[in-house]
Amino acid sequence: MSTAVIHTPAEGAAEPRTTYLNAGHTLKSWLLTLDHKRIGILYLLGVSFFFLIGGIYATLIRLELLTPQGDLVTAQTYNKLFTQHGIMMTFFFLIPSIPAVFGNFLLPIMIGAKDVAFPRLNLLSWYIYMTGALFASYAMFAGGVDTGWTFYPPYSTNYANTYVIATGLGIFIVGFSSILTGLNFIVTIHTMRAPGMTWYRLPLFVWAQYATSLIQVLGTPVLAITLLLVALERTVGVGIFDPRLGGDPVLFQHLFWFYSHPAVYIMVLPAMGVVSEIIATFSRKPIFGYKFVAFSSLAIAVFGFLVWGHHMFTSSQSVYAGMIFSLISYAVAIPSAIKVFNWTATMYRGSISYDSPMLYAMGFIGLFLIGGLTGLFLAALGLDVHVHDTYFVVAHFHYVMVGGSLLAYLGAMHYWWPKMTGRLYPEGWARFAALVVFVGFNLTFFPQFILGYLGMPRRYYTYVPEFQLLHVLSSVGASILAVGLILPAIYLLWSLKRGPIAPADPWMATGLEWRTSSPPPPENFERTPVVTWNAYEFRSKEETEVIGPMGKPDVSERK
Amino acid sequence: MAQSEATAQHSVVHHPALAHHFENLEQQREASTLGMWIFLITEIMFFGGLFLAYSIYRSWYPQVFAEASHHLDIVLGGINTVVLITSSLTMALAVYYSQVGNQRKLILFLVLTLLLGLTFLGIKVVEYSHKFHDGLIPGVHFRYDGPNPQQAQIFFWLYFAMTGLHALHMIIGAGILSFLIYFAWRGRYSPEYHSPVEVSGLYWHFVDIVWIFLFPLLYLVGFHVKG
Repeated sequence: MSTAVIHTPAEGAAEPRTTYLNAGHTLKSWLLTLDHKRIGILYLLGVSFFFLIGGIYATLIRLELLTPQGDLVTAQTYNKLFTQHGIMMTFFFLIPSIPAVFGNFLLPIMIGAKDVAFPRLNLLSWYIYMTGALFASYAMFAGGVDTGWTFYPPYSTNYANTYVIATGLGIFIVGFSSILTGLNFIVTIHTMRAPGMTWYRLPLFVWAQYATSLIQVLGTPVLAITLLLVALERTVGVGIFDPRLGGDPVLFQHLFWFYSHPAVYIMVLPAMGVVSEIIATFSRKPIFGYKFVAFSSLAIAVFGFLVWGHHMFTSSQSVYAGMIFSLISYAVAIPSAIKVFNWTATMYRGSISYDSPMLYAMGFIGLFLIGGLTGLFLAALGLDVHVHDTYFVVAHFHYVMVGGSLLAYLGAMHYWWPKMTGRLYPEGWARFAALVVFVGFNLTFFPQFILGYLGMPRRYYTYVPEFQLLHVLSSVGASILAVGLILPAIYLLWSLKRGPIAPADPWMATGLEWRTSSPPPPENFERTPVVTWNAYEFRSKEETEVIGPMGKPDVSERK
Repeated sequence: MAQSEATAQHSVVHHPALAHHFENLEQQREASTLGMWIFLITEIMFFGGLFLAYSIYRSWYPQVFAEASHHLDIVLGGINTVVLITSSLTMALAVYYSQVGNQRKLILFLVLTLLLGLTFLGIKVVEYSHKFHDGLIPGVHFRYDGPNPQQAQIFFWLYFAMTGLHALHMIIGAGILSFLIYFAWRGRYSPEYHSPVEVSGLYWHFVDIVWIFLFPLLYLVGFHVKG
């Protein structure tokens, strides 16, 4: 028996409901909101802005690399371009993207709660994000930073003559917003689940968010203290990382990658959660091996903390340490493969529909597979010495970060857009854009694998003429990718005014978020739902026609 | 929010401290306690970076660290350790009296905790000013007579970074205690609702425990490794 049904669409049309969107119209009602859904929207605005900025930097990089000579920008400017691109995309877009936007919006609804455990802390985390963004933007407009997003000393501490401290402070501050989001989600999942929402009934997106939050909480403080030490070393000359004063620059690399490798899983785990939701919905089948997929998220989070040394095979790190890091890095492939196999098994003999979210999810599986397997090349101690710091690495992590996380982010955007805005977008355009993104992405980054294997080092603004063809292909791909990214921006914004009104459950999906109206009321549900079913229990199409798309069928009504 | 009254109708007695998105005070207390524990874990990781740096450089330069640690005032450090452990006791008693609802003793022990915390900070200021007069503040004016002054400087960096970060936490703790005293005086805490006192107690004990590690690592290392 379902107690979660709120409104049928007909009721919604008859009299205007109070939704989280029309609950207040003033600017103050947005800027001081404690509603997790509104905070999710605020984050959406923030990360979209920084995605645009990061994209502009990427455009300039690809333009410069059209020709072998450095003719568009100077070497110094180029250093700033790739540094700013990396910092904006990593810290200000990818890390907050899915957790802070969709996690904030959906997680409480998915577990049947009215809000996250600490709404004030949640709002504070957005303000902290914006404060950090302010510092980083100041550094960006004042002249930028040229250390690479990795801030390796001694260059960053003693030599770089750019805005290292302001940028580092920005990342330091943004880290606390990440910590607070993670803390909030862990407590919310532990204490705020609706009656009957047991751990094994949680949607897999929630499991993925839980694993992500663990990494955010455990890893980010280490980055914070590391950046603090870099700032202290630059300002007052602490010798912790300075060999002239008895310190050790490799210690910085250990501390940095202790956070920044797990940070890769902060970016990709929520994406995997999104893909699990989409694959189940559009295959109309429960996820194959639910518990394996759930626990593989936790396994990735745990393994993720034990592999940072694979970034340091060519540093002065001990060879034996390298061998162990290499082995554990291989072990990460196991939970990752469990996910990929289980998604495939879910689709097998499923009733698949190729709606745009599904296209993104399928793109994710293919591209993540390539990104993940090339990660194994790089985890191999011998091979890595050959391709270390080449475009092979660049291609690898863009396959995971862009092919993986960004595609899932776009998939999530399309999948939950009707829920967040109450409007449907034009599906034809969306499918077309998904294909353009897929083609553009592959054309951009596949040539980079070849470039890297042939020896093109990363972070160089000139190259030998033999590489020009591959670089031109990559730049052409980047412009196609840009078109694929601008298209959704246009039709999604268009749909806000002109799109058809979305029903509560446009996809006939199963999560609790589809059992409340679109857009949801301020308190998410009119009554606290009581959950009596497992995640991904699909109804047959005939049943849906009898009972309507909203309700969970009562046993007595079933024929 | 306007909806909070409407939605809290199913909780039998609507306690004024119950936030609108919780079902009952028990759930609210559980959430705030778990939240504080997770926050303390992030603090461990935050301090952890400095402890890692300490471990590495101490294992590289054991003699220098031992020699440099003799420049720290073990008497003042020892007094501070006693002061902090006592403050943990008074904090624990404050939490106890908030649970049983004895408002007078709650306020008394919160004030005692605050005073002990301020005593600690006062002694720390005295110690820091001694270091300043001895020229042991790292940087351009660093003066050190022993061997390997540069490596000793790393010791003093770690000393100031770790105790400084700890002192910052003490200052924040003193601020929290002032809030608690004010609200306890206003009669806000009761046996049903005392989780702010409880989670602040967790924080206070954590800050004390950090000192319990800092004291031997910084002040007593010279007695472990013969300088």
